[in-house]
Amino acid sequence: MNLLLDSFTIVPRMGVVQAAYLIASGLFILALMWMSSPKTARRGVRAGELGMLVAVIGTLIHHDVVRFDTIAAGVVIGAVIGVPMAFLMPMTAIPQRTAISHAFGALAVGLIGGVEYFRLAPVLPAGSFTLWALMFEILLGLLTCTASLIAFAKLQELMPTRPIMWPSQQILNLAVFVASIGIAVALAMNPASQTLFPVFAVLALVFGVLLVLPIGGADMPTVIALLNSYAGLAASAMGFALGNKLLIVVGALDGTSGFILAMIMCKAMNRSFTNVLFGGFGQVAPTSTGGGEQRSYRSMTPEEAAPSLENASSVVIVPGYGMAVSQAQHRVAELYEHLEELGVEVKFAIHPVAGRMPGHMNVLLAEADVPYDKLVELEDINPELPQTDVVVVIGANDTVNPSARDDPSSAIAGMPIIEADRAKQVMIIKRSMNAGFAGIDNPIYYNDNSSMLFGDAKKVAEQLVKELQELAE
Amino acid sequence: MPGQETATDLLFVFMLAAFLGFQLIKRVSPLLHSPLMSLTNAIAAVVIVGAIMVTGEQATSPLARAVGFVAVTAATINAVSGFLITDRMLKMFRRKGE
Repeated sequence: MNLLLDSFTIVPRMGVVQAAYLIASGLFILALMWMSSPKTARRGVRAGELGMLVAVIGTLIHHDVVRFDTIAAGVVIGAVIGVPMAFLMPMTAIPQRTAISHAFGALAVGLIGGVEYFRLAPVLPAGSFTLWALMFEILLGLLTCTASLIAFAKLQELMPTRPIMWPSQQILNLAVFVASIGIAVALAMNPASQTLFPVFAVLALVFGVLLVLPIGGADMPTVIALLNSYAGLAASAMGFALGNKLLIVVGALDGTSGFILAMIMCKAMNRSFTNVLFGGFGQVAPTSTGGGEQRSYRSMTPEEAAPSLENASSVVIVPGYGMAVSQAQHRVAELYEHLEELGVEVKFAIHPVAGRMPGHMNVLLAEADVPYDKLVELEDINPELPQTDVVVVIGANDTVNPSARDDPSSAIAGMPIIEADRAKQVMIIKRSMNAGFAGIDNPIYYNDNSSMLFGDAKKVAEQLVKELQELAE
Repeated sequence: MPGQETATDLLFVFMLAAFLGFQLIKRVSPLLHSPLMSLTNAIAAVVIVGAIMVTGEQATSPLARAVGFVAVTAATINAVSGFLITDRMLKMFRRKGE
């Protein structure tokens, strides 16, 4: 009798749980759909939040979930940490925050996978689909966790941002990878070999570290996007292990999103995935900086630059990572406002890989109140540049390097660039004549129509605004 | 009983969701790539569902419960900060004159 009653309560409950997951999946899909335009994007966030709420409530109703104290504690502590993190995080730190949150998410996935493995390995038949899914989940979760931590450390400059490489590094990486796969197979095929589990976990964690060590700072946009993709795939694997379609859908959406962004980043650098992951780009530089004769360049003070800006009818500003480093976005925005007041038409040219994550420059400039219709993509701005009076390059280097276009032997040959050199006059704000990340000399500095404004991006932008104000008086 | 799927059913779901993902993400303006990444990251915190199952089960061992607690906390941090930061970013995107 009791059993009969139980089955009655369980079936409708499962119905409610499944319905909640179905609704949550739909809401997450809508959330991504609404991200297509800035007009609807905030609605997308609402849909995502609602989806999360429905999914969590649905799970709490699940008949297997009977103890709530630990869950409540985790949620409260997570919220206490998460809310201030969201409000206090400066916009320049968004890449780091993204990296660390990939680490948190992947850690959660890896840990749950571990618990499930120890729970299910004794009861499941050897080599069952669930065990394979669990091994995949744990491997991806743990390696993404440490890989993201290294990416975070590089972005936060807790460790050197240059690629860290040593001889036979790739052989070591391969060995660690093959070993972890081997143990994963053993664990899935022979559940009695549970004692090997810690070795597997450590190898997965070590592999994550090895994966990101040889990747340089400027390749971080691709790496962060790729880690985003891995975190998604790990969530999908968890969905396979638990038979949970909501997790599979979300993981697949997240996985494809990261993958597409990584592809866009690679295309914008004319490089392949393998080249980014294993190339150690930017490590061998001395040949181009050391050799050759000293070429002459022209330098300029803000005082000399201001009149040309004032008399221009069109100005294009090209921001790069240097703007983020010196937190110059607000001063740059002031410069933009002043020029607009003077009747100069100002646009910003945004290269897809400018900064440390996809869309980094857009967020910084939006923060400084630059309207987003002024932020123009590479393909759209290039045809306008020959008619542009002044281009101001702020903390960008490789993204305006003409040798990518003109010199087939250049390390960055074929990379799409913002053709700043085609403008009538080019002003380059830069700290010194040192070569950029790629370690390649930039011919744009020596052109007749170029002038260097040496100094910190923030200070120079500030001085330019001041000079423009004085001219107006 | 509902909830009893074969591996093939799950692979179907994955494949369709991946194709849908490609179509959806391709349409996102490059302007919003940072908030997009932040949003997908927040949505991926739905792994909290698995963490809740592990932590809330009657038969769970103390160690599993402790591990589940860490997972719930980590996923909650991601969900809460992820959605809030995405919204904070999106709030800043304005057209001229808006």
